[in-house]
Amino acid sequence: MRLPLPSIEELKEARKSTRKRPMPSQDPLARMHNFAEVALGYSEEDALLEAARCLSCKKAFCQEGCPVDIDIPAFITKIKERDYLGAARKIKEKSNLPAICGRVCPQESQCEKYCIRGKKEEPVAIGRLERFVADYEIAQGKSDGTGVNSVERSTREPSRDSRVAVVGSGPASLTVAGDLARKGYAVTLFEALHVPGGVLMYGIPEFRLPERIVQHEIEGIRQLGVEIQTNVVIGSTITVDQLFQKGYVAVFLGTGAGLPYFMGIPGENLNGVYSANEFLTRVNLMKAYLFPTYLTPIKVGRRVAVLGAGNVAMDAARTARRLGAEEVSIVYRRSAAEMPARHEEIEHAKEEGVQLRLLTNPIEIKGDDAGWVKELVCLRYELGAPDESGRRAPIAIPGSEHSLEVDTVVVAIGQGPNPLITATTEGLIANKRGNIVAGENGETSRPGVFAGGDIVTGAATVILAMGAGKKAAAAIDRYLSEASHD
Amino acid sequence: MYRIVRKEVLAPGLKRFDVEAPLVARSARAGQFIILRLDEWGERIPLTIADLDPEQGTVTIIFQEVGKSTQLLGQLEEGEYIRDFVGPLGRPSHISQLGRVVMIGGGVGIAPIHPIAREMKRAGNEVISILGARNRQLLILEEEMKQASTEVLITTDDGSYGRKGLVTKVLQELIIHRSPINLVVSIGPLVMMEAVCRVTQAAGIKTMVSLNPIMVDGTGMCGACRVQVGAETRFACVDGPEFDGHLVDWKLARQRAQMFVAEEKQALQEHEERRKGGLGGCGCHCHQ
Repeated sequence: MRLPLPSIEELKEARKSTRKRPMPSQDPLARMHNFAEVALGYSEEDALLEAARCLSCKKAFCQEGCPVDIDIPAFITKIKERDYLGAARKIKEKSNLPAICGRVCPQESQCEKYCIRGKKEEPVAIGRLERFVADYEIAQGKSDGTGVNSVERSTREPSRDSRVAVVGSGPASLTVAGDLARKGYAVTLFEALHVPGGVLMYGIPEFRLPERIVQHEIEGIRQLGVEIQTNVVIGSTITVDQLFQKGYVAVFLGTGAGLPYFMGIPGENLNGVYSANEFLTRVNLMKAYLFPTYLTPIKVGRRVAVLGAGNVAMDAARTARRLGAEEVSIVYRRSAAEMPARHEEIEHAKEEGVQLRLLTNPIEIKGDDAGWVKELVCLRYELGAPDESGRRAPIAIPGSEHSLEVDTVVVAIGQGPNPLITATTEGLIANKRGNIVAGENGETSRPGVFAGGDIVTGAATVILAMGAGKKAAAAIDRYLSEASHD
Repeated sequence: MYRIVRKEVLAPGLKRFDVEAPLVARSARAGQFIILRLDEWGERIPLTIADLDPEQGTVTIIFQEVGKSTQLLGQLEEGEYIRDFVGPLGRPSHISQLGRVVMIGGGVGIAPIHPIAREMKRAGNEVISILGARNRQLLILEEEMKQASTEVLITTDDGSYGRKGLVTKVLQELIIHRSPINLVVSIGPLVMMEAVCRVTQAAGIKTMVSLNPIMVDGTGMCGACRVQVGAETRFACVDGPEFDGHLVDWKLARQRAQMFVAEEKQALQEHEERRKGGLGGCGCHCHQ
């Protein structure tokens, strides 16, 4: 049964609203005990009322704020017209992964930041509308990923002879693969793990980005004619040079930021200390939350400390709560204002009972006789003058040493690039941190080799990786078009 | 999907599979490992490569059934498939001509020492191999190791075959009577590798060990396989699996191996109860 849709009067009223329509969400008390998605998504009514707030600006600042240049006023206009599949097509002209972006993009620092309504009141909830449209299309079963014809579901055949290899299958790689397949190239995507999706599968938890959504979007990419080979480690199973020998004429490297950083403090190798990558991979990719039906175990104690305050730290903290930890703290040496996580993620974590221990930094992890974590020794900090990052530098307060009793520690202070490909590819230049050096459009020091996403920039966001992928796909197309003219 | 083209029961609870994985078979070298996942529900299990056939495109793995995952794996038959099989992972063994080298394999550790011994012999070394097993029945690859070595010495804990006692006793005698020994490579249980290292450290003989700590992805992504080597924390999956045994923090390695013992026991218990109850045991999940 369809709910009655808003009347013209209601829409007029909605247009005047100074606030976004709230996102329907699972109750915090309930969701702390399950891995189901927290944000439930707009209803059709919500979407229409929120879309009514869009002023359809001629000069769309929101679009300029979008790393993949989605025509935002156009897709919202389609929503107003109740042509939701049309809205989906509009988005898919630029983005291959709308159901993902609608969920995990930091809209508040991109499109919504520039929304004209946002100057005096809350901006239009562009992200929520994008998600509504993408989910509508999935529910209708009319998504083929092409954005051209959402009825036919047959897989396309490549129309060109040029074969392109895409390494990794996270957001940058999926974007490159999708864009090049649309242009008719024969694209093979290589993934080292057993399922494609990269960080979307191993990193971002089910309760924020369900696996079925990721796999649906990947299916769309597959239907564009992209061949996906899992269980292939480029740099080991096959090297980049061997890809060229096998007849690939261009290679895109989108291997992400997969190498976890540790603090380098004593006790980090005690039992019960995880990198956020390990913690999240066990739970998300390997489904340890369903142990022993799924055979990968995870062990979480009563008291958990998560070191770091980015989105990954929030994901780890919220996951720990769901696994039954009673006390979960974020331990961060700066103050709330400097926390790198999205505001929404911090709020969700707080609602779920995650505590923030700010201006606190661990200096040692202590264990019991059997080698299990027992306590976290910390110092208290205060903020001094701004440092090179522009943020106020944390300064340790002498004599502030104190201990927190913990059973589990998750280190979530960032990830670096995996060195495997740079180590095995002659002539591919990386910087001091190990990131591949690439130009504006992803060109590397090796002709025909392009790179983008976290492997170039260091750990960033899904949408920035997609933006880099878009530029690289266009550059690969130009490179191959020019090459064929020779 | 990766087909098991040959299955052999080497000893009770010790099985050998030749698995069709041509890309791995052609790129792997001695000392490297693979990770397999039995099915949708499976763990990622790291296993050091026991042999390769690049022409047939097969990779040989030998495993001991110690937990639920390896028991389920052992139930697969020839012609059946493993869901995921990825590699080669880790760094290959460093093979060079050194003179006289001693290879020490304990239990299922004989499997990964075999290709290293063969390559060492091929590189022109005199290869003396010491094989240790609990008893005669559990001794594997004796013939293959004779082929791959100049000389093979065998010990069993109960004296049912070869010398009675531990591999370290034989090693100590070799050090006395057959010096110089230019390198020792030791693969087996942690306590055995540690004991070997104590002996060789006293004698000043460089010793490489192959570590098989808990892993998830095996590509450097999770850091579950952290080991302390000298002053540094290393990831066994990408920095190893072989390390200078004299620098390994063995106490820490033993501790970290205990991380999920309770969970493994739980999984195994439920698995065995289900088998006893007549439900399944086939490894499928339709009986849950």
